[in-house]
Amino acid sequence: MKIPRFTYHRPATEEEALAMLTEFGEDAKVLAGGQSLIPLMALRLSRPAHLIDIGGLRELAAIRERSGTVSVGAAVRHVEVERSALVARAAPLAAAAMPHIGHGAIRNRGTACGSLAHADPAAELPAVALAAGASFVVRRASGERTVPASEFFLGYLTCDMGPDELLVEWRLPTWPVTAGWSVQEVSRRHGDFALLGMAAMIDTDPVGRISTAALSLFGAASTPIRVDAAEKLLTGEPPSAALFDEAAEIVKGQLDPPGDLHGTAAYRKHLGAVLTRRCLSEAAGRLGAAA
Amino acid sequence: MSDDRCEVTVTVNGEERSLAVECRRTLAEVLREDLGLTGTHLGCEHGVCGACTVAVDGAAARSCLMLAVQADGCEIETVESLGTEEKLHPIQQAMWDEHGFQCAFCAPGFLMTVYCLLRENPAPTPEEIREELSGNLCRCTGYASILTGVQAALSRGAAADA
Repeated sequence: MKIPRFTYHRPATEEEALAMLTEFGEDAKVLAGGQSLIPLMALRLSRPAHLIDIGGLRELAAIRERSGTVSVGAAVRHVEVERSALVARAAPLAAAAMPHIGHGAIRNRGTACGSLAHADPAAELPAVALAAGASFVVRRASGERTVPASEFFLGYLTCDMGPDELLVEWRLPTWPVTAGWSVQEVSRRHGDFALLGMAAMIDTDPVGRISTAALSLFGAASTPIRVDAAEKLLTGEPPSAALFDEAAEIVKGQLDPPGDLHGTAAYRKHLGAVLTRRCLSEAAGRLGAAA
Repeated sequence: MSDDRCEVTVTVNGEERSLAVECRRTLAEVLREDLGLTGTHLGCEHGVCGACTVAVDGAAARSCLMLAVQADGCEIETVESLGTEEKLHPIQQAMWDEHGFQCAFCAPGFLMTVYCLLRENPAPTPEEIREELSGNLCRCTGYASILTGVQAALSRGAAADA
C-alpha cells in the first residue's frame, strides 16, 4: 500500500498552522498523531494534497486546569491523558475511557483531539465528551468559537468544523466530586472498536436521589447518542438495581443500531441493556469516589 | 519542505541517519527499503496487525502508521537492535526455548512490544502482558506459546536488558 502524494508542512507555531489552513482549506488535512488519518490515506479513502503536521507544536501539547475546566490541547497524546493525575482527579470519565482506546502502541502516538475531530461514532472519546458536557475550542485565522459536544458531532466521521478550522482544545468541565462514572464496552478483541459501548455519569442530591444522569452510547448510530428517556427515568429516584433494570429496558427499546458481520442489530440492542446495567451499577459504586 | 521530498534525521539502533525521502513514505518503508532493516515486517499496513511495531523514543509505535518525517529527530529501535544470531536477546532466547513462534512473521512486532513493555514495567502481571500484546496478531500459535515465552523471559530477568 502506498500513501498518495501530498505536500508536507510543519508549521512552527499555531498561528502558522492556521494561516496554512486558510490558504489550503479543503485541500489540507491536519496531521497530529496520524493514527486515524494515516490508515485512511493508506487505504486511499482520504487523499489530501497538503498535510499540516501539528504534532510537534508545544503550545498545543498541554493538559491544564483553569476556571472549572480541564483542557486538553490538540497535540496531547492519548498516553499523556491516560497517565495524567489531573485527568484522573478532575475528569475521571475521560480517564476511564483511555485504556479502551486502541492498543498501547496506538495510544503512544494518537491524540485525544485527533480522535474527537475524526468523529468516529464507534470511538470512546466522542461519547465521553457528550456524557461529560464537554466543549471544543475551534480556531481559524480570523477567530475562535466554542462548540458544545451536543452540537459538535454531526454524522459519520463528520463534526462541526470548517476546512480552515483547527480543533485546538477539548474542554471538560471539572468533575463534580459527588458524581460517579463508568465506561464499558463490548468488543471482539480488547482494543478493537466496540460493538457497542457506553460512557455514563450519575450524580445524587444530598438526600441520595439521582440529580443528574448522562448515558452516552458509542457504536450505536452515526454519532454518539444520549438516551434522554432513560436519563429522565433515573432523575429524581434513589439508585437501585430495579431502577437500573428499568433504565436498561428503555435503552434497549430506544436503540436502532446497525447490524453487520460482527453483530446483529438485535444483539447490539441486547448489549445496550447489558451495558446500561453494568455502567449504572459501577457509576453508583463510585458516587463520591472522586472526592 | 514544499516539494514532496522531506529531509529526515533519525537515530536508528544507535546510529544517526540523515536522508531525503518522499514525504509520503512511512517509517516502516524507510526502515526496510532505504535503510535495509528488513527485520521490521509489514502485515496489514493500516495499524491492525502490529507486525511493524518498533520503539520510537522508547515507546512502542506502529511504524506503518507513522510517516518517516514524523520520526524526524526521534530515536528508533528495531528488532535488529535486540540481539544477534550468535547472541540472542534474553527475550528472543526465551521465545526460542519455549517455541513461542511458528512461522514468526509476527515475531518482530511481538518482540518489540514485549521489549517496550518490560522497559516501562519490569514486572507486568499476566493480565497486563495479555492486554499489551492484544494489539499484535499471530495466525499460527493461538498465543499460548507466546505468553509462555514472555513469562519465561520475565522469570529469567529479561527486564534488566529491556
